[in-house]
Amino acid sequence: MVFKAKRLSKLALGPVLLLMSVFAMAAGGEVSDINMSPGVTEVGHKIYDLHMWILGISTVIGLLVFGVMFYSIYYHRKSRGVTPATFHESTKVEIAWTVVPFLILLAMAVPATTTLLEIYDNDDAELDVVVTGYQWKWKYEYLSEDGENVSFFSNLRTPQAEIDNTEAKGEHYLLEVDEPLVLPVDTKVRFLVTANDVIHSWWVPQLAVKRDAIPGFINEVWTNATEEGVYRGQCAELCGRNHGFMPIVVNVVSKEEYAEWLAGKQQEAAEIKELMAQTFTLDQLMERGKAVYDVNCLACHGANGEGGVGLPIAGSPVATGDIGHHLDVGINGVPGTAMQAFGGQLNDVDMAAVITYQRNAFGNNMGDTIQPIDVYNHKKG
Amino acid sequence: MGDHHHGPAKGLSRWLFTTNHKDIGTMYLWFSFCMFILGGTFAMIIRAELFQPGMQLVEPEFFNQMTTLHGLVMVFGAIMPSFVGLANWMIPLMIGAPDMALPRMNNWSFWILPPTFLLLASTLFMEGGAPQAGWTFYAPLSTTYAGPSVTYFIFCIHVLGLSSIMGSINIIATVMNMRAPGMTYMKMPLFVWTWLITAFLLVAVMPVLAGAVTMMLMDVHFGTSFFSAAGGGDPVLFQHVFWFFGHPEVYIIILPAFGVVSQIIPAFSRKPLFGYDSMVYATASIAFLSFIVWAHHMYTVGMPVSGELFFMYATMLIAVPTGVKVFNWVSTMWRGALTFETPMLFSIGFLVLFTIGGFTGLMLSIAPSDFQYHDSYFVVAHFHYVMVAGAVFSMTAAVYYWLPKWCGRMYNETMGKTHFWISFIGFNLTFFPQHFVGLAGMPRRIPDYALQFADFNMMSSIGAFIYGASQILWLYNIIATIVAGEKIDKPKVWDGAEGLEWTVPTPAPYHTFETPPKIDPAHAHS
Repeated sequence: MVFKAKRLSKLALGPVLLLMSVFAMAAGGEVSDINMSPGVTEVGHKIYDLHMWILGISTVIGLLVFGVMFYSIYYHRKSRGVTPATFHESTKVEIAWTVVPFLILLAMAVPATTTLLEIYDNDDAELDVVVTGYQWKWKYEYLSEDGENVSFFSNLRTPQAEIDNTEAKGEHYLLEVDEPLVLPVDTKVRFLVTANDVIHSWWVPQLAVKRDAIPGFINEVWTNATEEGVYRGQCAELCGRNHGFMPIVVNVVSKEEYAEWLAGKQQEAAEIKELMAQTFTLDQLMERGKAVYDVNCLACHGANGEGGVGLPIAGSPVATGDIGHHLDVGINGVPGTAMQAFGGQLNDVDMAAVITYQRNAFGNNMGDTIQPIDVYNHKKG
Repeated sequence: MGDHHHGPAKGLSRWLFTTNHKDIGTMYLWFSFCMFILGGTFAMIIRAELFQPGMQLVEPEFFNQMTTLHGLVMVFGAIMPSFVGLANWMIPLMIGAPDMALPRMNNWSFWILPPTFLLLASTLFMEGGAPQAGWTFYAPLSTTYAGPSVTYFIFCIHVLGLSSIMGSINIIATVMNMRAPGMTYMKMPLFVWTWLITAFLLVAVMPVLAGAVTMMLMDVHFGTSFFSAAGGGDPVLFQHVFWFFGHPEVYIIILPAFGVVSQIIPAFSRKPLFGYDSMVYATASIAFLSFIVWAHHMYTVGMPVSGELFFMYATMLIAVPTGVKVFNWVSTMWRGALTFETPMLFSIGFLVLFTIGGFTGLMLSIAPSDFQYHDSYFVVAHFHYVMVAGAVFSMTAAVYYWLPKWCGRMYNETMGKTHFWISFIGFNLTFFPQHFVGLAGMPRRIPDYALQFADFNMMSSIGAFIYGASQILWLYNIIATIVAGEKIDKPKVWDGAEGLEWTVPTPAPYHTFETPPKIDPAHAHS
């Protein structure tokens, strides 16, 4: 028995090593197709090591147990003329296979605990980013002690035609956004994760971050990427219709590049402020409005305002009716329907542009315009 | 003996008004089989849509309805009622009782099920569609953001809970009061033990689920804010309440499956179950632990680290009694005289695949790694190894094992073995690759996916079609057996089988054990 068990354990070792090396090879390069990726953070590497450690122990135990079982299946079959033994209990054995697994669990619990404590150490972050989940997009807001907060929405960029199979799918199908989150390398970044409507979950495997975004509560989580690059993730908590269509893209760049990017965004924000005081012509608003429409409205209302999940805009009573009411729908949404309140998502210039666009495109020739100041006044009540 | 020894009533009224445990067991089994086919159809639609990247067949909201209904129908309609059916048929036969303790309630706990599922399925045709927040229906997606069907859904859950509670009370009352003289607790077959413990779990947690859906109802219709932060509530409260039900629910499903294989493996090993006492204690330990591990489903909600550690350690502990069970089964086979009829094949399939599901469960229990696994396909793979290869394989084994006793005819062994091998291959082809895509970063419950997941998803879909098709073979085999299987009349269908059910004639007569059997005090448990 003892001898056999030893031989079996040797036999088992071969396949284990083989399997482990396959996984290790798969994990050596970039993102693996079959295994967890260690990613680009120290914590990610620790999680990966922990994952491989538990997987390894499980594989060894599994092969031992299955080894004994298959030995039995082969050598103890009735067709070989064996007489069944009659033993049916042994307190010693039962105690042994209660105590030994317990000890093995301790060997798992120790590294698991240290890693967990490290993950939960949210102190001393150099940068805070508020991540807000919306149905079905992400909003990022950089909190800065000096200067303007920078904030923007990040929408799926994959065209509907690729999803509908009428166009060839691009390399980053469903994992591409119009405006990625930009983070500096080698910086401890703290995310303050929350949601605006239902629960979402912000997951970027390469950054080893997954945290639920819960409306009304703020969760803290952090990362520190040690390599520059583009890292992609997705919402991980079912959040309704387009749960599968709200990806996350994070650009990790050098600190200099990041500073430059941030300055650019702050500049942009200042420009928007300036624009808000201006009055635009119909053509200017139409041009800006089309761009805003394509990103924010098209998915539900169609490329030609023909409708879909949302009502048609072409010839709609709202877009061809009272302009104040139209603006109100844009800002406050329609409660109880999929039409969200965009007042908090679009700046006043974009809101003015898109409402104007809807009133003057798709055969709606209302000829009237909304100016940023109108949006501002409407919001103020 | 004499005239009171009547048989069943004729026609439809036999089934409508029956209080006979065998009739009710049969109805439960057929009903759960129908639900298995219905839930399986939903799964086929899911896998067909996921066959390739891009949206081909259905809209995302319909896809969400399919995943939701697939889960609900399989858990509440297929697996749970199937084991209740098995309990109805077998527990009185195993403990030497003439019937269940509360036969009229037994009738009712079955008959409220079919209308409930009809109502649930009918929501598919409602405006706004069926529930689409997943079988875990997290608030507020399932409350303030849900369509009108949520109210029907809440009503259905209430009635299902009622049915389960009545069924469980019946089982507890039967096991405690109706055992034949000499059938002490530690002589009961393990299937009876696992069901007794399961019944206590059900009575404990079904009211909690009822509480959760009642709070949802209040939030939806009566202006409360249990699950809305805007009104002072907390969406995470829903998850705590749900999983306080939901985790024991997992063991409610798997414990009777443990019981079944603990009957079958000894029978075909021709050797008594190894470590009977430790099996009973392990089952009880698992049941106890199941109440204090619920938040391991919620590692990512942002619990304090002390909470994470508590739930992680408690969850890891479950590996110990589960390990004991696996070791005992393997030791039962060790130095037996094994044969591999269909029930044994499915039990060995259970043993191997459930153990794999146990290992991935252990991996998932490790909170830091779970941050990467959580809500990915790795989880989907894990729980299908436990639910399908665990519960469904065990149930399949049970049907093949006891079908000859039920109908007095033998099933076609070749067809049974073919069913096993196709199921085994189809199952693994479906779910093994899901470990890979999950680890590589594919979230669950998405109707469309990035291109790097395409190959494994196609493989998964092909496997699912194979597994699904093999169940038609099973259905055919069952019907062919009932209609035209080879007749058998010896009480002991399997030469290695032990237990009171093998002492009654085959097929089991309408009434059995009207006088309690004699239990040999020297004989160990069966």
